[in-house]
Amino acid sequence: MLVETQPSVLDRALAGPPADAGARWRRLALGFLLPAALAAAWEFAVRAGLSDGRLVPPPSRIYATFVDLARAGDLVRHAAATLLRVAAGFGIGVAAGTLLGAVAGYWGLARSLLDPTLQALRAIPSIAWVPLFILWLGIFEESKVALIAVGVFFPVYLGVMGAILAVDRKIVEVGRVFRLSGPAMIRRILLPAVLPAYVVALRSGLGLGWMFVVAAEFMGASEGLGYLLIDGQQLGKPAQIVAAIMAFAVLGKVTDWALVGATAPFLRWQDAFGAAPGDA
Amino acid sequence: MLVLDGVGKTYSAGARALEAVTFTVGPGEIVAVVGGSGCGKSTLLRLVCGLDRPSRGSIVLDGAPITGPHEKIGIVFQEPRLLPWLSVAENVGFGLAGRPRAERAQRVVAQMQRVGLSEKAAAWPRQLSGGQAQRAAIARALVTRPEVLLLDEPFSALDAFTRVDIQDHLLDLWADAKPTLLVVTHDVEEAVVLADRVIVMRPRPGRVCEEIISNLARPRDRQSVDFDFIKRRVLAALDRSHERAAVAGTRT
Repeated sequence: MLVETQPSVLDRALAGPPADAGARWRRLALGFLLPAALAAAWEFAVRAGLSDGRLVPPPSRIYATFVDLARAGDLVRHAAATLLRVAAGFGIGVAAGTLLGAVAGYWGLARSLLDPTLQALRAIPSIAWVPLFILWLGIFEESKVALIAVGVFFPVYLGVMGAILAVDRKIVEVGRVFRLSGPAMIRRILLPAVLPAYVVALRSGLGLGWMFVVAAEFMGASEGLGYLLIDGQQLGKPAQIVAAIMAFAVLGKVTDWALVGATAPFLRWQDAFGAAPGDA
Repeated sequence: MLVLDGVGKTYSAGARALEAVTFTVGPGEIVAVVGGSGCGKSTLLRLVCGLDRPSRGSIVLDGAPITGPHEKIGIVFQEPRLLPWLSVAENVGFGLAGRPRAERAQRVVAQMQRVGLSEKAAAWPRQLSGGQAQRAAIARALVTRPEVLLLDEPFSALDAFTRVDIQDHLLDLWADAKPTLLVVTHDVEEAVVLADRVIVMRPRPGRVCEEIISNLARPRDRQSVDFDFIKRRVLAALDRSHERAAVAGTRT
């Protein structure tokens, strides 16, 4: 999941020159070939009686579980609970990470004060906070949201601070020559310059948010996709576990798409990357 | 009138970049500053455009001392330094942000046309060639109608053909409003093509070494004997500036 949320230059460079539509569809189809073949083979094996498919349910049984959960309204209820937790944790983590990252990036004294502490805290595996959070915040929503927020905070903080520090001095000088005031310098130079790295940081943060919501829901939830996982384990329902995993995958991908889609209009100037380097 | 009086710059590390630089540039005059690397010519421009403050001496424009970036002083850097997230037209209009929309649009369109980039108005900077990008940078500096335009080795990254083209283009643009031009370059031919006066600097620390009047009629013929004569004088002065620096170096 983490790897998947780091897109950008490398991906595009590895993807090579943009192919025509036909080639793209062919590549997509080839990518689907292996999982589809495995699924079909497993389905066939179970139908033919080679396995009872109790621990590894065939696709048809997973689909049936999915439909059952959806029909009863359970799927929507659990997915909504999880989504809400991720949204709350992501919101808090992004707000704190952006604020502190901006302060530390912009202002050297704040960086000297803040950064060593935050880097030290970052070295702690976030899951290690769970017992403390439960003691402090109780076993209900607050501790779960706090854990997700901690997971989201660090990539956003690092991304914002790094992006501000990496803003090209030469471009800042252009702003100075045109005598931009402090706020105008931030709005017209720093914000646009930082935005691409910020979107990448948000996507990493979102990926971690989805990772941490599972951990949070493992620590005693009565609803949520993580609860479905635990419930499936305890009651021996592997199809439910796989269905919940697939719901996680779909939600993670959809929210990532939404984030990219929402920020795309501000990053149109980058799109020319894959195009011809110059039509002049 | 731009007056530099005893301008010196010492960086915090103790390196003396400039020492006692004194010269005057009249309104509408074109002055070129040439010199080897390390003679402080780029430092000099940074001081005049207010990006850095001199350690000693003063820089005065029309009676007012320069203490920071000044609205009447524009600069074209060695690289175009266009903002990649703005279209070419938005880049050209960057310094007009405070003006009414209609005036801004009209001035940008006129300036884009003047530098021959009308068709590139909606393009992103990355889609421009090196010469086009530098012309956009010149347009961005000129659109605010500065009294003084500083150019810091503006064409050094361009190929020879484009460079000659854009030098002529710059002179053509200059003729519109005749701002004061102060051009830093290490290209002697460029200095002689552009300037009324060539100031030769010598390094360590940067000082004014000699001044050569280059009063050929415009447009200047790069192949003419007179042109060649002035070019040789500048080159000879550059040689002398290095020799003196070398002698001074062995003495200390």
